[in-house]
Amino acid sequence: MLALLVAAVLSHAPQDPAPAVPAPARAFAVLGKTVVTMAGDPIQDGGVIVRDGKIERVGKEAELALPADMPVLRAAIVTPGLIDAHATVGLSGLLNIPHDQDQLERSSPIQPELRAIDAFNARDELVAWLRGFGITTVHTGHGPGALVSGQTFVVKLRGRSADQDVVVPLAMVATTLGDGGRAREGKAPGTRAKSVAMLREQLQKTREYVQKKQKDAATPTDLGLDVLAKVLAGEVPLLVTAHRSHDLLSALRVAKEFGIKVVLDGAAEAYLVLPEIQAAGVWVLPHPAMARTRDELANGTMELPKLLLDAKVPFALQSGYESYVPKTRVVLWEAGVAVGHGLPADAALKVLTVDAAKLLGIDGRVGSLVAGKDADLALFDGDPFEYTTHCVGTVIDGVQFTGTPR
Amino acid sequence: MVFRCFAALAAVGCAVLAAQEAPHAFVGARIIPIDAPVIERGTLLVRAGRIVAVGPTAEVRVPDDAVTVDAAGRTIMPGLICSHSHIGAVAGADSSGPIQPEVRALDSINPLDPGIQKAQAGGITTVNVMPGSGHLLSGQTIYLKLRDGRTVDELAIKLPDGSLAGGIKMANGTNPQRDPPFAGTRGKAAALVRAQFHRAREYQAKIAAAAGDPSKLPERNLGLEALVDVLEQKRVVHHHTHRQDDILTVLRLQQEFGFRLVLHHVSEGWMVAEQIAAAKVPCSVIVIDSPGGKLEAAHLSLATGGILDRAGVLVGFHTDDGITDSRLFLRSAALAVRAGMDRDKALQALTIANARMLDLQDRIGTLTVGKDADFVVLSGDPFSVYTRVLQTWVEGKKVFDFADPKDRVYAMGGYGASDGQAMSMCCFATQEGQ
Repeated sequence: MLALLVAAVLSHAPQDPAPAVPAPARAFAVLGKTVVTMAGDPIQDGGVIVRDGKIERVGKEAELALPADMPVLRAAIVTPGLIDAHATVGLSGLLNIPHDQDQLERSSPIQPELRAIDAFNARDELVAWLRGFGITTVHTGHGPGALVSGQTFVVKLRGRSADQDVVVPLAMVATTLGDGGRAREGKAPGTRAKSVAMLREQLQKTREYVQKKQKDAATPTDLGLDVLAKVLAGEVPLLVTAHRSHDLLSALRVAKEFGIKVVLDGAAEAYLVLPEIQAAGVWVLPHPAMARTRDELANGTMELPKLLLDAKVPFALQSGYESYVPKTRVVLWEAGVAVGHGLPADAALKVLTVDAAKLLGIDGRVGSLVAGKDADLALFDGDPFEYTTHCVGTVIDGVQFTGTPR
Repeated sequence: MVFRCFAALAAVGCAVLAAQEAPHAFVGARIIPIDAPVIERGTLLVRAGRIVAVGPTAEVRVPDDAVTVDAAGRTIMPGLICSHSHIGAVAGADSSGPIQPEVRALDSINPLDPGIQKAQAGGITTVNVMPGSGHLLSGQTIYLKLRDGRTVDELAIKLPDGSLAGGIKMANGTNPQRDPPFAGTRGKAAALVRAQFHRAREYQAKIAAAAGDPSKLPERNLGLEALVDVLEQKRVVHHHTHRQDDILTVLRLQQEFGFRLVLHHVSEGWMVAEQIAAAKVPCSVIVIDSPGGKLEAAHLSLATGGILDRAGVLVGFHTDDGITDSRLFLRSAALAVRAGMDRDKALQALTIANARMLDLQDRIGTLTVGKDADFVVLSGDPFSVYTRVLQTWVEGKKVFDFADPKDRVYAMGGYGASDGQAMSMCCFATQEGQ
């Protein structure tokens, strides 16, 4: 495997990312000049012993007492596998032709019953592309563009199938306010106020449905209302894609009225309403630092992650949704540009690992290099955020993958 | 940069002030001249819009009347040149037909477009502003110096014969495929282009036959005139093309009609690098964060720049702004270095290589005595994510300064960053100038 990694580093010719190694080595070690565990200080000359897909031990290489026959991967910097806190990868395919675009169903403005697990193509080439940058877990699913476009889920990027790789089957319900949520061709919602009215009506309808179901078990099942019932119960947040400051406030207003959790997504003008966001205690997923600053993002800033950090607003980073090229962004690179625009590198790495895991409720499994957690690691030949650094290998559940070819 | 001439001063007044400016000496910087080895502790001396001296600080004599700028710890390199951009709200041909050589980008540029200030913030000093790729030929492009100007003429580059520098934009592949009168297939696209070049040859022959006799000249045809410029190699064809077979089709047309050519984007150029090298045609390469997004870009590779360079092709990079952000142009070359391209070649690909593709290599692209004083002051290595463009200078005038809050908003983004420059009822002025 090491030979394979070296080959990938040395090769300059484009090549398809290597497929998953089918049978993971039962036990191996990953050694780094610096091992960033995200649980305590980075370990110099450290290592991680992986066994049966889990982290067995973490420590100084000298103290790990590696058996002589244990296979070893080496890198300058080893970090926990990176987590993309919001993408549409697997649903918005590489070719960008109708048959591989499943992130948005336009037949109706409110369709919370659409499950991500029924749409995710684990073998889309962009899944492998992201994995090549050390990204091991993605929160993905239905995209922006409809008032309620469907569900999202959390999946490992092992590239097998949604069923095999799923981590959280229902993570959030994707919602869009503002211009992005308008329906086309004169259909509702056509305005901001109508969007909010329709969302409130649907939540009110859900309340009545829940009450009716409690009284009468024979109430016919409504798949969409069943999902929104989980939102009302506070089990599942609404992921609200909105950019303008007043749309962000609309999201907070609805959240307060119904006592539901919201996560603000995109949030280009969040810096105008930081006190309100702080008071609401909600998470923000700032748009990719390199998102195009047009339309509702006209006032966007590459400093947004730094401004959120300064304001102590909890946030995670995302690759987001792209309708054209690049068909997917790379959250590692978006974090890099945020770092270049004021976000401290150690904070960025924390956001890409433990913080994102916490937001997604998977911090018991991933996000830090701790014995007992999933063996998800990213290997770099230098500062992960530098433009010229390579991810030289990715490990997911103890399965080794090559980094992206140069 | 926000204009600092008061309302009472017209643009002419600004220009006079600029010409009278004292020489500026940037002392102690790490200087990357591009056409010479890096100078670890160097001085750049500029006067009246030109580079007067560049060399080790110990060797460059700074005149007494010079404004001295302590540039220790900074890196200075030539202003970046983007060989393919859509800033300035440019528009070219309309939907009436697939080939419209009479249409000029010149007539659409909005010099107040904030994209220009964002490009200045990215260290870009010269751009080839092009109409889009939805036509086989979408119009004449225009090369702009990103001076601070109110009118497109103030940004344009005048050639010795008085004309404005620019090329012509062509495209093949799927972008220009549409219902008739557009081409629906690749074969039809090539046939339409070939037919039009034959019309241009015939027009050219009629003009030659007239031998200066006005009574024998053919009726003026603006489109054919532009194509005759192309046939006579006065105007370079900037050709959008992605797929390997489409690239070869462009080379075939070039062979047939003998125009000067730059291939743009070349997503699959790595597959036909030897053929491109053999044709001695330069490539302006786009760097995108992932393959796909369209069928033609499914095999896009970050390694393309390096592969073409090693095959002997002259390689430049471009932003294709708004496809990629002008403020992150350095990053495109850095990612190519990541993918194996030689560092020096990648620096050339942002500067002198692009200057060559625009026929401006004698004026810009290197820090060479006599060339235009177009340069950027960086906080560190050009290819580091931690490096910031601190200042951008065009012809000896500072057009971007990160330390100025009015400029900073264009670099970082924020409220109003996508608004055009503030205008008064009279003319350009700062708000406090009113």
